[in-house]
Amino acid sequence: MNGVHDMGGMHGMGPVDPEPNEPVFHHRWEARVLGIALATGFLRRWNIDLGRYTIEQMPPAEYLRASYYEKWLYRTERLLVERGLLTAQELASGHADSSRPPAVRAVPASAVETALRGRRAARMDDHLKPPTFKAGDRVRARNVHPTHHTRLPRYARGKVGVIDRDHGVFILPDEHATSGKKVPSHCYAVRFEGRELWGPHAGPRDAIYIDLFDEYLEPA
Amino acid sequence: MSEQEHHHDHDHDHEAGVHGAPLTDTQLRVRALESLLVDKGLVDPKALDLVIDTYETKVGPRNGARVVAKAWVDPAFKQRLLADSTEAIAELGYIGRQGEDMVVLENTPKVHNMVVCTLCSCYPWPVLGLPPVWYKSAPYRSRAVIDPRGVLREFGVDIGDDVEVRVWDSTAELRYLVLPERPPGTESMSEEQLAALVTRDAMIGVAKVRGPRG
Repeated sequence: MNGVHDMGGMHGMGPVDPEPNEPVFHHRWEARVLGIALATGFLRRWNIDLGRYTIEQMPPAEYLRASYYEKWLYRTERLLVERGLLTAQELASGHADSSRPPAVRAVPASAVETALRGRRAARMDDHLKPPTFKAGDRVRARNVHPTHHTRLPRYARGKVGVIDRDHGVFILPDEHATSGKKVPSHCYAVRFEGRELWGPHAGPRDAIYIDLFDEYLEPA
Repeated sequence: MSEQEHHHDHDHDHEAGVHGAPLTDTQLRVRALESLLVDKGLVDPKALDLVIDTYETKVGPRNGARVVAKAWVDPAFKQRLLADSTEAIAELGYIGRQGEDMVVLENTPKVHNMVVCTLCSCYPWPVLGLPPVWYKSAPYRSRAVIDPRGVLREFGVDIGDDVEVRVWDSTAELRYLVLPERPPGTESMSEEQLAALVTRDAMIGVAKVRGPRG
C-alpha cells in the first residue's frame, strides 16, 4: 500500500537527532510492550508480515506521531482481537470473559530462549525454485501500486538497477501478510545508481541497494 | 508522548506515575493489556520478564563489536564472515530473532556502506540489540536513501568524492552489519581492546571507528 510508512526519499522530516548514551528503553512501559509483543507473537497466530501490514494501516497522522513502541502496542492490540485471542470487549474493559477459554496456552519462560534464538525465519531454500535473474542482470522494478502489503518501496518503482546478488529463496511478504500463504520467491540485492533514483542532483558515486523479490522485477 | 518528555523517568514509571504523578494513558493501557493477557493464560509474566532482560542486558552492540574486532585480528574469520556472515557470526554464539540471515558489508578506503530500513525499522538484533530511536525515526528513514552524504555529515562523517557510498535498504529479511575500517594506530591492541573502540553507529555505517588517540 502507498502508505506514509514508505518514507524513502520524503522531504520535510527534519534533521536526524541521535541521543547520546541512549538507554535501551526510555520508559518501563516500552519494555513491557516489547515483552508483550514478542510473547504473544510466540503463540503463532500471526506472522511478521501481517504484523508490519497492521502497523501500516495505522491512520497516517497517528503513524507519524506515534513512537516505535506505541506502534507496537497498536499492532499487538489489534492483532490480538483480529486473530481471535481477545474480544474487543475484553480489550476495552480489561476484564477476561470467563465464558471464553483461550484457544492457546502461554509459552512458558522455559521456552523463551529457544524462541528468541531460532535460526530459521523467512528462508525457504528447500524449495529449489530456479531464480529468474542472476548477478549482473539489468532489471526494472515494476511500476505497480498494490493496495495491500508489499516490500517494494515506491522510490524504486519503474527504476532500472542491476542484480548484485541472489540471497536465495524467501517467503514472499505480500502474500504472507494477506493470506498467510508461504509463497517461495528469490530475493535479490538490487543495485540502483543514485542518479537513476533521484536524478542529476544525486551524488555520482552514490548507490542504493534494495532487497527485492522476483515478483517485483522484470528484465530491463 | 514525545521522546523528550520523559528522559528523567527511565526506572520509575513501572509502579507509579512519574514522581507520584498520575499514570499516562499509555502506561495504563499497557498495564491493563498485560494483566488481561496474564489472566487469560496467554502470556506467562516470567516469560515476559525474560524477553525484556534478554534485550536489556544480554543482546546489544557489544556483540557486534566482538564480531568486528575478531574480523580485524583473524583474517580467516574475516574471510568466513564475508563469505557466510550468518554462520561466522553464529561461531560467536550470536544467533536468533532478526538475525536469521545476516550479510556483513566491508568498508574500505574506496567504499562506505550504511544501512537503513525505509519501510519500518529492520535491524540486526543479535549483533546490535534493539535499534536506537533515531534509526527508527522519519528523518533517518526518509533521508538516508536520497541524501546519504548529508546524513553522514550530520553524524560528523565526511566522505570524500572519490569514495563510493552504498546505502542498503533492509526491505526483506536480510539483516546488514557494517564491518568498519580498522583505525590506524591500533596495531598493538588486543582483540578485546579493539572491541571496546567499535561503536554501534560504526556498525550501522553512520560513523567511523576512531583510534585510541582519536
